[in-house]
Amino acid sequence: MSEATPAIVVENLSKRYRISQGVAAYRTLRESLSNLAMWPLRRLGRLRSGGDGQVQDFWALKDLNLRIDTGEVVGVIGRNGAGKSTLLKILSRITRPTTGRAILNGRVGSLLEVGTGFHPELSGRENIYLNGAILGMSRREIAAKFDQIVQFAEIEQFLDTPVKRYSSGMYVRLAFAVAAHLEPEILLVDEVLAVGDASFQRRCLGKMSQVSRQGRTILFVSHNMGAITRLCRRAIWLDRGQVRQSGDAETVVASYLRSGAEQAGEVMFHDNGQKAPGSEYIRLEAIRVRGSDGVVTATLDVRRPFTLEVQYRILRRTSNLRVGVRLMAHDGTVLLSSTDMDQNEDLVREPGVYVSRCTVPGELLNYGQYFVSVGCDFPMVRTHFAVDQGLAFQIEQTGGAGGHISDGRGGVLRMSLPWTVQRIES
Amino acid sequence: MNRNGPKQETAAGEQVSAAHLTPTVITPGGGWQALNLAELWRFRELLYFLIWRDVKVRYKQTVLGAAWALIQPAMMTFALWFGLGKMARVPGADDPLFIYSGILPWTFFATALASAGNSVVNSERLVTKVYFPRLAVPLAAVGAAVVDFMIASVLLVAMMLPRGIVPGVGLLVVPVVFVLLGVAAAGVGVLLSALMVAYRDFRYVVPFLVQFWLFATLTVYTPLSRLELSPWILSVNPMCGLIASFRAGLLNEPIPWALLGASSASFVLLFVIGCFYFRRVEDSFADIV
Repeated sequence: MSEATPAIVVENLSKRYRISQGVAAYRTLRESLSNLAMWPLRRLGRLRSGGDGQVQDFWALKDLNLRIDTGEVVGVIGRNGAGKSTLLKILSRITRPTTGRAILNGRVGSLLEVGTGFHPELSGRENIYLNGAILGMSRREIAAKFDQIVQFAEIEQFLDTPVKRYSSGMYVRLAFAVAAHLEPEILLVDEVLAVGDASFQRRCLGKMSQVSRQGRTILFVSHNMGAITRLCRRAIWLDRGQVRQSGDAETVVASYLRSGAEQAGEVMFHDNGQKAPGSEYIRLEAIRVRGSDGVVTATLDVRRPFTLEVQYRILRRTSNLRVGVRLMAHDGTVLLSSTDMDQNEDLVREPGVYVSRCTVPGELLNYGQYFVSVGCDFPMVRTHFAVDQGLAFQIEQTGGAGGHISDGRGGVLRMSLPWTVQRIES
Repeated sequence: MNRNGPKQETAAGEQVSAAHLTPTVITPGGGWQALNLAELWRFRELLYFLIWRDVKVRYKQTVLGAAWALIQPAMMTFALWFGLGKMARVPGADDPLFIYSGILPWTFFATALASAGNSVVNSERLVTKVYFPRLAVPLAAVGAAVVDFMIASVLLVAMMLPRGIVPGVGLLVVPVVFVLLGVAAAGVGVLLSALMVAYRDFRYVVPFLVQFWLFATLTVYTPLSRLELSPWILSVNPMCGLIASFRAGLLNEPIPWALLGASSASFVLLFVIGCFYFRRVEDSFADIV
C-alpha cells in the first residue's frame, strides 16, 4: 500500500506564455496607460479583425499528465523548448500553471541552478548559511551538516575567503555541496551536473544515487543521456509540452536519439513560383544531413561520420559552378567551408537534378548544436543562392573521446588525440 | 550504476515522515489571495538571513564602512541647518538637534522604502530559481535599514546628552512610531517593488518620490507649532504626523495624538493594500521579471 503513494501527480497541466512580438515581457507604464486609453478602440478593432495579432501564445506545457511514485528516480529528456524546465519551475512553485494541477507529497527541494543566492562578497562560510536558508534548510540543520558540506566541497582552507575569489571549480563544488545536503523527500534537479570537473561530477552522481537509495524521489532534467541512463530507472521524454514517451530509461533514451530523423534533418525548398533560392541556372531543392547509416536525421552520434547533402536542379548547362557548405557552431562561429569544386574542378552539369554531398568524419565535432549554411556561385563572378543557417543538427553525447566521463568538456572539437605518458624523472 | 539498488527497504521509513505532511497542491491560482502569514513565519529564518546578507554586504569594500549610516543623516542635517536655519532663517530650523531628530526617522523611512522598492527586481536570480514567499524580499530590505537607523541613533544620543534633555513618558511613544515608520516604508516599498516588476518606470519613480516626499514632509524641518495648517491638511501627507510624533516623544514635547492617529491609520491601510497587491501579482514575478 505504501508503495502506491505517488510522490508527484500532475493532472492536465498547461502553461501558457504570452509572447508579444518584439516587446519585452515587462511593460512600461506609458504603454499600459495608453493601452487603457485605447481600450475601447481596440475592442472595436478586435471585433472587426477577430484577433489581436500582436500577442502570440506559446504553450510550454499542454495537458501534461504524470505520476511519479515515491522513491523513483526519473529522468526528463527532450529538446530545448520541450517544456522540461517549465515543468520543474511549476513543480518547485516558482511559477504557476495556466491550467491543471500538480500534487506533491513531501517536502520539495529544487536545484534549478547551482549557487542560487550566493553572494560574491560573502565568505564561503557565510554563503553556506545563506544558500542553505534559501534552499529551505533551517539554521540548525545547516549547522549540523556544516562540516560535511565543507568536506564534500573540499574548501577547508578557503572557508573565510569571499567566494568572488574562488576558482569557478571551487564555487561550483561549494554550491553543489550545500544543495547535496538538502534532505527533501522530493528533489527536482535541472542540468546542474553540466558543470564542474570530472571527479567532482562522479561524486555528485554518487551522492544523488545515494540519495535515491534512501527512498527519495528525484526528478532529473538533463541533456546528458549518459547521466540519465546511469542514474534513472525511468525516463520521460517531453516533446512540445507533452509526454511523448515514458518508461524504461534505456528504451526512452534510445528512441529519443533515433527520433532525430523526424525532427527536420532535412529542409526542402519547393519550387512553387519563385520561392526556392536560385537563378536561371540552378534552383536549390533540399539540404539534408544523413547519419552514418544513410538515414536522414538531425541527431548524430559523436563517434560516427555523417554526410551533408545539397540537392538542386540544374536548369541550363553550366560549367564552373560551385556548390558549397559552411559549418557553424551554435554561436555562429564558422568552423569550415567546403565546396564541391575542391576536388572536381572542371565539372560540366547538364540540366537535371543533382546532389552534392560531403562527409564529415566521426570523432571530430564535440557534442552540441551546429548549423549548416549552403551557397552556390560562379566563383568571383556571381552568386546564385546563399542560404544562411538553413539547417540545424545536434551531435549527441553518446561516447567518443573521454565519453566515459560525463564532464561536458568544452571546445568545438572532440578528437581522440594520440597521447603518451612518459616518466622523465624518478 | 546503482540505479537498481535496494530502495524498498529504506523507502518505508521515509514514507512515515512524508505521510504526516499535507500534500502541496499547485493550482493556477490568480486573483486576490489571503496573506499566507503561516508560510511567512515558516520562512522567518530566510528573512533573517536576507537581512543579515544585506547588512553584511552593504558597506563591504567601502573605506568608511558603517560610518556611512551616520554620515548621510549628519550631512543632511548640516545642509538643512545651514541652508534653512542660518541662511533662510526658517524659525526653529537653526537647531541641529531639532533637524536631526526629524532627519533620523526620515532617513530610516527613505532608505527602507527605496531598498524595498528595488528589492524584487534586484533579486531576479533568486525569484526565478527558487521558491519562497516573495514578501520576504522587500521585508528583508526594510529590516536591513533598521541596522542603519541604530547606528545613526548614536549621534542623536550624543547630541541630546550635553543639553541635558531627559526624555519623559513620551519616550514610550518612540518605539511605537518607529514600528509605524517600518510599516509605512514596508507598505509603500512592497507596493513599489511589485509595480516595478511589471513596470520598470518605477525605477525612476522611487528616487524622485523619496526626494519629493522629503520636501512635502514639512515637519522634518519646521516645528509643528509654527505650521499654521489644520491637522486635516497635514494628515494628507501621513509622514508629517510620524516625524512630528517621533520628535515630540524624544524631546519631551506634547505629542500630536490626532495627527499620529490619522497617520497610523493611513499607513496601516497602505501596508495592507501593498501586501495584497503584492500577493496578487507575485505569481507572475518569475515569468516577467
